[in-house]
Amino acid sequence: MKQHDRRSFLKIAGSSLGVGVLYSAYPAALAGGQAGNMFASLGHASGEQVAPFSFVQLSDAHVGFNGPPDPLGTRAFERAVDMINGLSQRPDLVLFTGDLTHDTEDKDTHAARMKQFQEISKKINVPLIKHVPGEHDAGLDGGALYREFFGESHYSFDHRGVHFVALDNVSRAKPEIGADQLAWLKKDLARFSKSAPIVIFTHRPLFDLRPDWEWFTSDGDEVMNALTAYDNVTVLYGHIHRDDEHETGKIHHYAARSLIFAFPDPVGVQGPRKPLPFDKDHPFKNLGIRTVSFNGRSQPASSSLSVEDIELTAREFRGINGVQQLLRNPNV
Amino acid sequence: MFQEKLTKTAFLTALCITGLLALSGTKHAHADDVPVIEITAKRFSFSPDKITLKKGQTVILRLHSEDVTHGFFLRPLHLDEEIPAGHTTDVTVTPQTTGTFMTICDHFCGANHGNMNMTIVVE
Repeated sequence: MKQHDRRSFLKIAGSSLGVGVLYSAYPAALAGGQAGNMFASLGHASGEQVAPFSFVQLSDAHVGFNGPPDPLGTRAFERAVDMINGLSQRPDLVLFTGDLTHDTEDKDTHAARMKQFQEISKKINVPLIKHVPGEHDAGLDGGALYREFFGESHYSFDHRGVHFVALDNVSRAKPEIGADQLAWLKKDLARFSKSAPIVIFTHRPLFDLRPDWEWFTSDGDEVMNALTAYDNVTVLYGHIHRDDEHETGKIHHYAARSLIFAFPDPVGVQGPRKPLPFDKDHPFKNLGIRTVSFNGRSQPASSSLSVEDIELTAREFRGINGVQQLLRNPNV
Repeated sequence: MFQEKLTKTAFLTALCITGLLALSGTKHAHADDVPVIEITAKRFSFSPDKITLKKGQTVILRLHSEDVTHGFFLRPLHLDEEIPAGHTTDVTVTPQTTGTFMTICDHFCGANHGNMNMTIVVE
């Protein structure tokens, strides 16, 4: 795929679809003249060979939520499943960055919501789905029910040369990682070289995006200090129900859109956060999925990781084939 | 000689602690003549939902929860407290910055937790 910066691709998408529904960004997260060494050292560290692959990030389905401003229930989540299954390049895995379900005091009801989440997500045609909890999954019971359904809330794994780390910044009820998990993270990362490609996925932003909207992690700085030694770190998160890009030093942070309702751009908004109004004529507006492609090649002065956000309305206008056509040829 | 060194160390320690408290503008100790403002937390609101403080004037915020554990978080005033159910938490604050600030519950307390906030005005 020809590479564009985000601004230029947004322009292309806008002229194609009439709305800014599809954009692409190509961070330099994995670029650099030492890329060959990077892949070799990672392959040695993880025991896996580096190879091209793609994956999808989903976030904030809030299964069980049916209130205003969004009467869609699980329809956006189900549409996202269809969209993933229609992608021309089958993703290797799906990362779900929290708030799989909406919380409730009643444990049986919450368990039913988690089961419903699993019923929908198992229709995704991918070999592997990984999750981290959001505060609506794990904030009331310390993550006990979440772990019954989805296993540990922080862990790591290697896939085709990329090291993935799931961080839990919700189960302690407050927006924090905690000393134990931080110590685990440092130990987990210790075996990797400086140039290893690392993808962190978590729910809340690790930096102060908007603290008075609880868009932060209180000990996020300590996490980033632990990551400072590494040159190729990408953080994927959810929680804020909108796409966002941010850099802290060498670390690239990307927020995903939600699958239930959207929040506005916090810049310039005073006072409490309020969801964007529901647009009944475009019910999937501002909701979407993210695809991430890793080309696995040594490309000095270029990029090996590409991030694309696809609004669910894309299919509404052109059909999934139209989206795929755009994905294959952004110059359409 | 040893006594003098010990006294100097104690003095420097006290100076450091005082300095840290002055920097943060908040502390948990309080005197009897300091005004007290009572704030009650209850899913999913604070009562009162707005208070006004004066820059440089020390007050005690007396926080208590009527139901579950809540948080009381306001970065510009360095407030980050837990309010356990059935307990009272006193926080002494001397605001040094004027403005209108939104204070939030940052201890997840239920479905509408994200809308639990109050306003602190510093004049």
